[in-house]
Amino acid sequence: MNNNGFASFFEFNNVDWTKMGQATWETVWMTVVSMIAVAIFGIILGLILFETQNSNSIGAKIINWVVAALVNIFRSIPFIILIVLLLPATQALVGTIMGPRAALPSLIISAAPFYARLVQIAFDDLDHGVIEAAKAMGATRWQIVTKVLIPESSPALVSGITVTTISLIGYTAMAGAIGAGGLGNLAYLDGFQASNNAVTMMATIIIVVIVFIFQFLGDAVVKKIDKR
Amino acid sequence: MIRFKDVSKTYTGKEGPVKAIKDVNLTVSDGKIYGIVGYSGAGKSTLIRMINGLETPTTGSVTVNGQEISQLKGEALREARLKIGMIFQHFDLLWSRTVLENVEFPLEISKKGNKEERRKKAEELIKLVGLQGKEKAYPSELSGGQKQRVGIARALANDPKILLSDEATSALDPKTTDEVLDLLVDINRRLGLTIVVITHEMHVIRKICDHVAVLDAGTIVEDGPVLDVFKHPQQAITKRFVNQETSTGSADDTQVVVDQLLESHPNGVIVKLTFHGDQAKLPIVSEMLRQFPDTNMSIIEGNIHQTQEGSIGSLYIQLTVENDNQEQIQGALDYLKTMRVETEVINREQ
Repeated sequence: MNNNGFASFFEFNNVDWTKMGQATWETVWMTVVSMIAVAIFGIILGLILFETQNSNSIGAKIINWVVAALVNIFRSIPFIILIVLLLPATQALVGTIMGPRAALPSLIISAAPFYARLVQIAFDDLDHGVIEAAKAMGATRWQIVTKVLIPESSPALVSGITVTTISLIGYTAMAGAIGAGGLGNLAYLDGFQASNNAVTMMATIIIVVIVFIFQFLGDAVVKKIDKR
Repeated sequence: MIRFKDVSKTYTGKEGPVKAIKDVNLTVSDGKIYGIVGYSGAGKSTLIRMINGLETPTTGSVTVNGQEISQLKGEALREARLKIGMIFQHFDLLWSRTVLENVEFPLEISKKGNKEERRKKAEELIKLVGLQGKEKAYPSELSGGQKQRVGIARALANDPKILLSDEATSALDPKTTDEVLDLLVDINRRLGLTIVVITHEMHVIRKICDHVAVLDAGTIVEDGPVLDVFKHPQQAITKRFVNQETSTGSADDTQVVVDQLLESHPNGVIVKLTFHGDQAKLPIVSEMLRQFPDTNMSIIEGNIHQTQEGSIGSLYIQLTVENDNQEQIQGALDYLKTMRVETEVINREQ
């Protein structure tokens, strides 16, 4: 086996396709599951930030301060350090610190605060007049959230989750390097450590393709729902 | 009936408290179109938002149909708001919904009827505002006037007793403005709805309102039936608003013409006549010329406008006489007075 030189990156007959398929599935699984959880937690956190800002009540101010502080802290911890920090929590939550399932807590906790800020910006960007109009019609707070805030900011929410998901794909590769499975794990163990450059190359190509697919899907959905 | 009693509103700004509304008292009778006119910053928006509780007075009370809106909270306030429709300067439609879905929106909020009944009601309202065929369109596909029609249909969805119009025509061109105003009058007549209009355009007041209040720096400086205010504006600010609407050219232009005429006809008399109501339709001036055959008349400027209560017009004329027969002029002026035309002789500067 020729492990040196540029050509070694393209000797794809050295690739174990069953393993590659399995790793691709793990990466997609980690990405999709964490994306769904990030969307839910992000919208909830973003909503809390939006609803408690500019409020005069002391309770709202405290909630806003606490959530904003948590969001800022978890956004600023580098992902690779966050995984290590969360090892005990992961063990308690998932029962293991190895495999794709073990990657979920750190993926979600690192990406949800980032998405929460995007959600808050999306709500802030809404025309205040529309919210006032709904209030004038006698809408409850909950009705305003479900019938005005979320549908009216949906293009921004979708493009926000697209951006977040693409950085999640990068995170899954990083998580893979320390044992979470997926393409990152394969590229690191079977590619880098086993000096099989073609595996590293193929894993990279597949990750790029996955990123392209998610970006394409996100853009298509935004185009479909944006009636402005 | 809407009643403001000693209403004041104070905001705490960075440089101390700001009094936005000062001791406002006003009453809007059922079924009327009440206009509040003022320049931007006068407090119009704050005032109209007190009617549906989007703003609360610092002192005083706002009562709508016997209920003190300024004291309501939570569910009771939301319940009261269902009976008060509102339309906005920038329409404030939901872009993510079609025309039909936008009109259904308030019905979803009030949880009135099932899906089918809501649809039927929305379709009726869309017909009422003249938008049939546009049900499936999104707001971005509509013109400004069409968007405001959707706004009106939406405001009427819960069968309100009151419609609030917040500068609803200020973003529209003159032709569309008139169409929307005609629609508002039509709705007022057909549904017996009370309408409160705030605007900075006297045109809107003249065209649709029964009653007008002039708001300046948070205080109502003048109010009364529209025709009265147009005929006899008392305050300087009211005169400015009335002039904005009744003079065809600018006031300066008229003054130049008058000066020229005074110069070229040293013997003549320049008279401003104001007509209102049915007088505007009578041939008063030609009758005057017939009775006083020695007088000659030339028209300097004139105009006539329609209001909800009748026409109002003004005419600048110059009267000259042959043989310097001043009695004829005096007679002509007296005749006009007996016909109850307001005459104002514009004096030449001595």
